[in-house]
Amino acid sequence: MSLSPRQTRFALIAGGVLVLALAAAFVLNAFQNNLVFFFTPTQVLKGEAPKNKTFRIGGLVKVGSLQRDGTDVSFVVTDTAQDIPVRYSGLLPDLFKEGKGVVAQGRLDAQGLMTASEVLAKHDENYMPPEAQHALDEAAQARAAQSVKP
Amino acid sequence: MIPELGQFALVLSAVIALFLGAVPLAGTLRHNVVWQSLARPAALLQFVLVSFAFACLASSFLSNDFSVKYVAEHSNTLLPTAYQFAAVWGGHEGSLLLWVLMLSGWTAAVAIFSASLPLAMVARVLGVLGLVSVGFLMFILTTSNPFDRLFPMPADGRDLNPLLQDPGLVIHPPMLYMGYVGMSVTFAFAIAALLSGRLDAAWARWSRPWTVIAWAFLTFGIGLGSWWAYYELGWGGWWFWDPVENASLMPWLVGTALIHSLMVTEKRGSFKAWTVLLAIAAFSLSLLGTFLVRSGVLTSVHAFASDPSRGIFILIFLAVVVGASLTLFAWRAPAVTLGGTMGLVSRESFLLLNSVLLVVATGAVLLGTLYPLIIDALNMGKLSVGPPYFNLVFAPLMVPLLFVLVPGTVAHWREARMSEVFWRLRFVGGAALLLALVLPFVLGSWSAGTMLGVFLGMWVGLGSLQHVVERLSKPGRIGGSFWGMHLAHFGMAVLVLGITGVKSYEVERDVRMAMGDTVTIAPYTFRLVGMEDVMGPNYKALQAKVEVLKNDQVIEILYPQKRRYFSTAMAMTEAAIDTGPLRDLYVSLGDPVAGDTPSWSMRVYYKPFVPWLWAGVLFMVFGGVLAALDRRYRRNTNQQSVRTASEALSGSA
Repeated sequence: MSLSPRQTRFALIAGGVLVLALAAAFVLNAFQNNLVFFFTPTQVLKGEAPKNKTFRIGGLVKVGSLQRDGTDVSFVVTDTAQDIPVRYSGLLPDLFKEGKGVVAQGRLDAQGLMTASEVLAKHDENYMPPEAQHALDEAAQARAAQSVKP
Repeated sequence: MIPELGQFALVLSAVIALFLGAVPLAGTLRHNVVWQSLARPAALLQFVLVSFAFACLASSFLSNDFSVKYVAEHSNTLLPTAYQFAAVWGGHEGSLLLWVLMLSGWTAAVAIFSASLPLAMVARVLGVLGLVSVGFLMFILTTSNPFDRLFPMPADGRDLNPLLQDPGLVIHPPMLYMGYVGMSVTFAFAIAALLSGRLDAAWARWSRPWTVIAWAFLTFGIGLGSWWAYYELGWGGWWFWDPVENASLMPWLVGTALIHSLMVTEKRGSFKAWTVLLAIAAFSLSLLGTFLVRSGVLTSVHAFASDPSRGIFILIFLAVVVGASLTLFAWRAPAVTLGGTMGLVSRESFLLLNSVLLVVATGAVLLGTLYPLIIDALNMGKLSVGPPYFNLVFAPLMVPLLFVLVPGTVAHWREARMSEVFWRLRFVGGAALLLALVLPFVLGSWSAGTMLGVFLGMWVGLGSLQHVVERLSKPGRIGGSFWGMHLAHFGMAVLVLGITGVKSYEVERDVRMAMGDTVTIAPYTFRLVGMEDVMGPNYKALQAKVEVLKNDQVIEILYPQKRRYFSTAMAMTEAAIDTGPLRDLYVSLGDPVAGDTPSWSMRVYYKPFVPWLWAGVLFMVFGGVLAALDRRYRRNTNQQSVRTASEALSGSA
């Protein structure tokens, strides 16, 4: 195979563009399928959360809601306005506590129970997961707006 | 008094850095040799001043001076001395000071080890590094002063985050910073070359050892971070695609592309513009990493405080660096000559593919890391990009990369024959394929992914081995860079095999155990035999005693702990790990479970090949160090550029 320098350069550039285009298409497709959206418990009860797709909820672990059965646990995530029951199988993170912030990732079933595949509570006791904080702020705002109404 | 001295030294070092960034560069424009020659002493003086400031902060920590706000927030009288010292970089302000210390250290190193470089080049490189220092010193002095006082002085400090009280933490940030900051040296060389208008093989030769050593540090730092997460976070994961990890991986990927591209620029005089862009990108991504990690945009163990002014400062700094260097590039790039011609199949084309794949991988990681932040900043909702995205995208990009790695090391420069290259590799390919078909059955179940992983690992490892054996049979001295390359590639092979092994055969059991209960993960049986309270220097722990049995023989006793630190009442899981050459046995203790008999939830993990991950990383690090220490970089390089053409044809790495 003998190519002139110009042909070689053209082949290299064409090959490069083709590889890049394929990679970009592939990356964007994977990206689209793996976005995990976040919802507050209020949004979930309004039906805004997707039905058969994984998503995240955040809020506080409702005090008195934590129950253990072997390594299966269940608890309630609240944004102080609405509650979502969550079931999880596995060991909870060190900083998981009733009354503290938490983010759970999983799917919702028809009865409104979330089966979590992941429970996140972060690395520092003073720290509130930003999503959980966001959920509480939203609920507080909604309440404030309501109390202003006559 | 000591903190004020430290503060004073820091201000003075900022003045010196400004001088370093102005006078020698002006000297190169006006051809004033005296001004240029001031660069070296200024660089050394700046290093002395920053070291002094750092020592002042360390001494405040060691003497428990809680009147210094930063000390009060990150230390405690009960904290063991080693951690009191490590706490210097346990928070935002101190870690930036460490950053600047590293930067001035690299600058001083360039000043010392640049005897073979022309004076004007030294003046430019040190000048650019001085300007980078000015940016960071201004950042510290205006937004993040570690020497701020606190009044009234508290009786005791708030303590270091227990997660950070660990030997891994003592060395992880300094190593990572050495890598991040080391990229600024490569960047300075690239900018200096652009300023001089001489992008040539000599420039590539000068910056190669610095880039490779920075890359080695970065590799080590990332490896340490991964190791720390594995044993300290208590659930046995070693890579999470966390934005903070991605922030360090992106400069590494671009840095890897850069060290290969620099080789082409040195040997063949081509890829010049591309190499410069990679150098700018590697440093910009290091800055972006700092921004992501330190600004509080991301909340994690690394984000110490969210202060918007800090984030804005780094963002502006990043914009200035990227904007200025790209403008300079656009101005100078037309003058860049094309290098030697390259064939469609040649070592250059394999290395070009390497660059493209690594840059695409970086782009994919960048997209996944930044997208949630941008969407959040635009108030368009909250979302996250899950690890499946990264795995799905990263693996297919690494497969062709690992595949072309081997022909890339044996193909001729300029023009190679595909058939010749692969004929030479026929035994390696055959052996790798055979092992890929057989080994998965020996180790357990067979799957396509496992087979592919074993094949690629063996392909790379055996390919390197063959090249080394062939080279040994030829006469002549073998340079450090040859050994370094193959050691690093061999490390990559070990890493790939390790990842394949742990992903394919790990067994994770979350169980409830009472006293005397057993869990079996063949051929090992774990039995809980004891539970007691133990006291540490600044914590109290519940400690389990778990016997590990194999063939009814106790081979190891593991003591996982659940710690409670006095200062914060924060719980911490301390996993117990038994390491063997082929596997880790990993036990961590969870919470007590309510019931008639006292029992606890436990994680019992069988983690095959995890030690291979760390071994692979270490091989890569040593490979980098060996390559950087190659004797030929230390020869007088002024007359070297003429020789590159003849060396290029000899095909040595």
